[in-house]
Amino acid sequence: MMKKLTERLFNGIIKENPTFVLMLGMCATLAVTTEAINGLGMGLSTMVVLVLSNLMISLLRKIIPDGVRMPAYIVIIASFVTIVQLVIEAYVPSLYEALGIFIPLIVVNCIILGRAEAYASKNGALLSMFDGIGMGLGFTGALTILGLVREFFGAGTAFGVQVLPESVPVIPILVQAPGAFFVLALLTALQNKLKAPSATNVNGGSELACGGHCAGCHGCDGVTNHLKVAEQTAEKARLLAEEKKRRAEEAKKAAAEKAAKTAEGGDEA
Amino acid sequence: MSDYLLVLLGSLLTTSLIENVVLSQFLGLCPFLGVSKNVKTAAGMGGAVVFVITVASALTSVLYSAVLIPLDLTYLRTIVFILVIAALVQLVEMALKKLSPSLYNALGVYLPLITTNCAVLGVALTNVDNGYDFVNSVVAGFGTALGFAIAIIIMAGLREKMVHNNVPKALQGMPIVLVTTGLMAIAFSGFSALAG
Repeated sequence: MMKKLTERLFNGIIKENPTFVLMLGMCATLAVTTEAINGLGMGLSTMVVLVLSNLMISLLRKIIPDGVRMPAYIVIIASFVTIVQLVIEAYVPSLYEALGIFIPLIVVNCIILGRAEAYASKNGALLSMFDGIGMGLGFTGALTILGLVREFFGAGTAFGVQVLPESVPVIPILVQAPGAFFVLALLTALQNKLKAPSATNVNGGSELACGGHCAGCHGCDGVTNHLKVAEQTAEKARLLAEEKKRRAEEAKKAAAEKAAKTAEGGDEA
Repeated sequence: MSDYLLVLLGSLLTTSLIENVVLSQFLGLCPFLGVSKNVKTAAGMGGAVVFVITVASALTSVLYSAVLIPLDLTYLRTIVFILVIAALVQLVEMALKKLSPSLYNALGVYLPLITTNCAVLGVALTNVDNGYDFVNSVVAGFGTALGFAIAIIIMAGLREKMVHNNVPKALQGMPIVLVTTGLMAIAFSGFSALAG
C-alpha cells in the first residue's frame, strides 16, 4: 500500500507532471508565473482544491449516477474553489490581489476535472487523495520553476529578493504578457529537441488533448493525453514485435527450405 | 447620455484590443491554440464565442443583480455562473438546431467546445467584480469575445502561411505557434496607446 501511495506522488510530480508532460491548465500557468511567489500561491491553491475534490469525488463515486457525473463534479469542485477563495481573501489578501480572477477560474482548470474523471471516480479515497497531492505538487513545482525563471531573467529577483546585481541587464519583456508565451515556446522547443515525453511533441503532437483540442476538454483530456502516448508506445512495440516475428519466420522458412533442398539433393544423390 | 456612450465605447475598445482576452489576459488559450489551423474554422469558433459570451454576460449580469445581491448570496457566484454557463451552452445549441439550422450548421460543432472555455466564466466574473451595469456588461462581454475572434482569425491566417515556411525542427508544432502568439502579444500591447 505504501508503495502504491509513493507511486502516486512520483507519477504526479515526475511521470505525468500536469504542466510539463500533460500540458494542462495552461491559462493559469501563463498568467500567474510573472513571479515565483505567485506561481507558488497558485499551485498550492490548486493543490488544496485538487486534493479535497479528489477525496470527495472518490467517496461519492458509487452514489453519483453516471449520467450526471460531470455537473456533479463541477458543483463539488466549484464549492471547494469558493471555500479556498474566501480563505485566501481573508488570510492572504496580497495573494488574492495578485492572482485575482484566476482563483475562481481554478474551477475550469483541466487538471482538476481531468483527475476527477481519470482517477478519483475509479479509485479509493486514500489513493485519490495521494493522486491529488502528487499532481498538486507537480503543478506547484512547475509553476514555481517557471515563475523563478521569468522573475530571474526578467527582473533579476527570486521570490522578490534582488539576486542579480543591478548592473546586470535583464529582459523585462519576460515578466510581461508576451514573455509568458516565449518562455513556454522555449520549454516546448526544448522538449521537442530532447524528445522528452510531452503532450505537445508526440507524433501529430498538436492533435493531443490540451496541446491541441483542449477546446473540447470535457475533463478527460488528461486521460486522452496519457492514452495517446501509451497507444503510440504500444503501437511502436507491436510493430517492432511483428517485424521481429516476420524476420524469425523468414529465417525459419529459409532454413526449412535449405533443409528441404539438402534433403532433396540427398535423395537425388 | 453621451458620456455614458463614451464609457461604453471605451469599454469596447479596452476589452477587444487593449486588454485582449487571449494575448494579455491569458483566457481561452486552449481553443486559441487548438482551433486556429485554418481561417474558416477559426472564424466559426470566433462567431460561436461572440454569441455565447454576449448572451452569457447578459444572463449572468441579470442573475447577479436580481437574485444573488438581494438574497445576499454573492459568494456563491462562481458555482452559480459555471452551472448557468454550462446549461446556457446546451440550451443555445438546442435552440439553434430548432430555430436556425443554417446558423447551427455554421456554429454548431463549436458550441459544446465552449463550456470549458475559461474566457466565458472569466468575463462573467470580471463584469461582476468591476460592478458593471447590464448594458456595460453586455458591451464588455461582446468586446472581449470580439477580441478573441480577432486574435484567433489573425492567428489562423498566420498559421496557414506558416505551413509553407521552413521552420527549424525543434520549433515545429507548438513552439512556433507560441512564438507567433508572443509576437502578436507585443504588437497588441501597442494598442495601449489608445487608452492614453
